[in-house]
Amino acid sequence: MPRVSYTAPATVDDAVKALAGAAGLAKVLSGGTDLLVQLKSGRLKPDLIVDTKRIPGMIGIREEGDYFVIGAATPGVLISAHQPLEHAYPGIVEGVDLIGSQQIQGRCTIAGNLCNASPAADSVPPVIAARARAVVAGPGGRREVPVEEIVTGPGRTSLQKGEFVVEFKIPLPKPRQSDAYLRFIPRTEMDIAVVGCAVNVTLDESGACTDARVVLGAVAPTQVIVAGAAEALRGHKLDEDTLQRLDSAAQAACHPITDKRGTIEYRTKVAGVLARRAAAIAFDRAATRGATIAGAV
Amino acid sequence: MSYLDKSALKVVGTRPVRPDGVEKVIGRANFGADMVMPGMLWGKVLRSPHAHARIRSINTARAAALPGVRAVITADDFPPIASEEAFVGEGPMNFRDLSYNCIARGKVLYDGHAVAAVAATSPAIAEEALDLIAVDYEVLPHVIDVEDAMKADAPVLHDDLFTQGVDPKPTKPSNIAKRIGFNKGDIATGWKEAEVTIERRYTTQPVHQGYIEPHACVVAVGADGQCTIWSSSQGQFMVRAYCAKLLGVDIANIRAMPAEIGGGFGGKTLIYLEPLAMALSRKSGRPVKIVMNREEVFRGTGPAAGSVIEVKLGAKKDGRLVAAELLLKYQAGAFPGSPVGPGCMCAFAMYDIPHVSIVGYDVVSNRPKVAAYRAPGAPNSSFGVESCMDELARQMNIDPLHLREINAAKDGTKAAHGPTWSNIGYLETVQAAQANAHLSHKLGSNQGRGVASGFWFNIGGESSAACHINEDGTATVVEGCPDIGGSRASMAMMAAEVLGIPYERVRPIVADTASVGFSFLTGGSRVTFATGMAVTQAAEKVVVELKKRAAMIWDISPDAVDWKDGKAYPAGPNAGSFEPLSLQEIALKAGRTGGPISAEVTINAQGAGAGWATHICDVEVDSETGRVKILRYTAIQDVGRAIHPSYVEGQIQGGVTQGIGWALNEEYIYDKDGRLENPGFLDYRVPVASDLPMIDAVMLEIPNPRHPFGAKGVGEVPIVPPMAAVANAIFDATGIRMRDLPMSPPKLRAALDAEAPPPRLAAE
Ligand SMILES: Cc1cc2nc3c(=O)[nH]c(=O)nc-3n(C[C@H](O)[C@H](O)[C@H](O)COP(=O)(O)OP(=O)(O)OC[C@H]3O[C@@H](n4cnc5c(N)ncnc54)[C@H](O)[C@@H]3O)c2cc1C
Repeated sequence: MPRVSYTAPATVDDAVKALAGAAGLAKVLSGGTDLLVQLKSGRLKPDLIVDTKRIPGMIGIREEGDYFVIGAATPGVLISAHQPLEHAYPGIVEGVDLIGSQQIQGRCTIAGNLCNASPAADSVPPVIAARARAVVAGPGGRREVPVEEIVTGPGRTSLQKGEFVVEFKIPLPKPRQSDAYLRFIPRTEMDIAVVGCAVNVTLDESGACTDARVVLGAVAPTQVIVAGAAEALRGHKLDEDTLQRLDSAAQAACHPITDKRGTIEYRTKVAGVLARRAAAIAFDRAATRGATIAGAV
Repeated sequence: MSYLDKSALKVVGTRPVRPDGVEKVIGRANFGADMVMPGMLWGKVLRSPHAHARIRSINTARAAALPGVRAVITADDFPPIASEEAFVGEGPMNFRDLSYNCIARGKVLYDGHAVAAVAATSPAIAEEALDLIAVDYEVLPHVIDVEDAMKADAPVLHDDLFTQGVDPKPTKPSNIAKRIGFNKGDIATGWKEAEVTIERRYTTQPVHQGYIEPHACVVAVGADGQCTIWSSSQGQFMVRAYCAKLLGVDIANIRAMPAEIGGGFGGKTLIYLEPLAMALSRKSGRPVKIVMNREEVFRGTGPAAGSVIEVKLGAKKDGRLVAAELLLKYQAGAFPGSPVGPGCMCAFAMYDIPHVSIVGYDVVSNRPKVAAYRAPGAPNSSFGVESCMDELARQMNIDPLHLREINAAKDGTKAAHGPTWSNIGYLETVQAAQANAHLSHKLGSNQGRGVASGFWFNIGGESSAACHINEDGTATVVEGCPDIGGSRASMAMMAAEVLGIPYERVRPIVADTASVGFSFLTGGSRVTFATGMAVTQAAEKVVVELKKRAAMIWDISPDAVDWKDGKAYPAGPNAGSFEPLSLQEIALKAGRTGGPISAEVTINAQGAGAGWATHICDVEVDSETGRVKILRYTAIQDVGRAIHPSYVEGQIQGGVTQGIGWALNEEYIYDKDGRLENPGFLDYRVPVASDLPMIDAVMLEIPNPRHPFGAKGVGEVPIVPPMAAVANAIFDATGIRMRDLPMSPPKLRAALDAEAPPPRLAAE
């Protein structure tokens, strides 16, 4: 009979020890909304499960210096309810909020969404677009890496044996910076992104873009930072030409596959569409934020 | 007695709370998977990973030796069965094929086909034991698509299958099980008379019934061979009959108990697990429970047929149809028996067309055997015909509803498949659509409106019911048809109306096969009609008895007693002068006036009224993503008499919802090896609640004179028009004609791009 051990350590060090010392496959458990499904279906047969939710600091959001710090086991409902974060990064909250249903929201985390390493993960593009960093604990101590360096392919991460994500650090936004996340699904909810797109922009006082990051999901083995997007947007307002250049840049960044959820051709076109639409929202938010502090939506 | 005068009704037509409601809302109702028994074992099913393969050998020794495993079975544990057509479920079923579908014999015919099963002391052990069963397969070429399966060089599934209905009889086996045809008038004359013609081809994908409750059962075979089956199905008598045949047991030795059912939609009119659990129980001497998971439901149980529909219509310049031709190719799945027959018969049923020619093919391929699904066969052919009617209307510049109005079948019209209509309400649905406020609502850009109609036979058939008067004056109604859509409420309402007592004093139950007379299954929209008729008659017999008892108490002739509002009255001044006697008072004295008061009725109900519907659908198309949003939906239907209007509306809304899923996103995706890639609700996309507006159900009450209350079946026809209604609306919004289902975002976007590249991209 297959057996699986479970432990819920009280410190980061104990968690690292348990993960590093495990014989066979050890998996971190945050919300479990991916892990438990995979266990039940038999797709994953771990020998040890390390639940991190008992470790102080793993659940919760705080402001520390120039950063929001989000504990890796913080569930979706707490993220959506955090007003300063919602005000600063409505796009991140949109991404998190799209995960599953109310029941799932009570458990699901950004860390799990990220480390499950699905190209379609909804919270990941806006977090990358915000230039967030992940704090990783492991046998060699702590290290900080840009979030986009965690996922290396479908189901694969750069985390080494014994390592896990402890928290995310998201820089506090600059004036007139805002973001947006849109995903395309054939239905209206309870579905998986065919394409996801996060746009994070900073504008000058005239409304022209000074900085931008556009990140696509579900169009390549990992999330993709659209290389040409910053160039397409920087120095411009959101006119037809700019939108068109952004659309082309987004399409050029796609390396999707044809599968049961969409064809290469379709995904590529929709990536362009979403980039334009998300940019329009992000520009609007950034401009509004410049004028009134409260205008986060 | 007739209760057709609506104004005289006190209970029928109101909306009381359903008798099964509370337990369902609080999660206590016992569905198929809820039954447990002491000493029960858990069964699991090993399924084929191949679409088509010969089974060279199955070695179960290691599985049987695993501690905790109590029985392992394969096809060898079932008696071989001769080919024999059965009419136990909805539509014809061959007993041999059913046995072979439940557990593969010699060959596996589709990905997910059951090959062996185990029973063990825990689900985990049973699961582990499956891995220890070694099946040696010789993989064979397979065929999934219906037209590929019809080709001369296609891999043949059954080497004893020779096409029926062709002359001369074929000498070689093929995948074409049957060719059928229907003719009216002379089609050549029709084409000569036609001034305008149109010819189009449409395709539909197989779709799953999508019931939320997976198949589940517990079966206990005693040492004496007596067998009890608890399971969720659309008919406990169907379960009993099939199990008896498949295991070679007398029907009297099986008692089948109906569980609450979490949806069936036709998909639970046949069985999958019960024979396996029965064989495992027989072998192990313990009760055995088997519950499918969702993946097994998708891989192993019946979808509705996918199809190819070729339509040709001919009309006069004024829009009158003079000729119609139809060619249907329906997927049957791994065994013959697609609903191509009803597909042929329903396609033109709405119209009065002098010259009609219809041909249909029933074709097997390496997919799960199709099962009934709401109006089996009709949605497919109607998608073709109702889309083509729209294309014709637009080509001729005639309003699509007007085109239907001028061609509508009426009382006296002879349908292409034979019957001459009477008491039909099709034209009324069209006229009600024309008058509906929906039509005057203005559409915005990227929005469009479509209409389509539909027909379904509805059936009657064998039903039994009993009505028992209890000592306190309450009543128990016992019937034999599983309640899928609120039928218990309707039964109690009809009984309460006849008895003249409040609905709350009637308790309806669905009884097991030993506790009520034979009843055909819940299907064909028959229960409120046929079982409702039996219940009404049982209650009427009780009223006769109640009058007799009152007469005895008063010492007058029973003819001199009237029954009104739950009380016996002397019928007029000559009968004598007595205080009315209530049902309760008579019940209390029953012991002294001749014993218990109850009645049983068994009938074969005739005279079911057909279902007719016309739907109006508004959509908005996101031309950049190809996504279709349903903005507004009005479904107009001839419902006979709505016994419980909420449950009639529920049937209409449910049917429309499933039709919209069929139209927009539902499809089976197979890989090149014939394995199903989307066996789950994540990638098999039924609509979710937020996808839909409130569906406006408009009930036209055109009573069926053959039913005491005027009821007609209502559950099936609502799924017939939606696919064409949506497609016609998409055309109206975009100018793009979608002829292949589903009209999913990638397909619609590709169609939009093919028609006219969006200026945005052209500018690049
Ligand atoms: C019904 C349903 C609907 C869903 N809908 C969506 C949706 O719309 N969009 C979407 O993106 N996802 C969706 N999901 C998937 C899932 O909910 C998300 O991916 C969620 O964010 C996972 O978070 P979790 O905390 O539950 O992860 P877990 O299941 O706990 O973990 C997921 C993976 O990450 C690893 N992991 C977890 N925490 C850490 C850590 N701190 N460090 C290193 N590795 C870690 C685990 O070992 C595991 O491999 C849905 C799931 C369900 C069941």
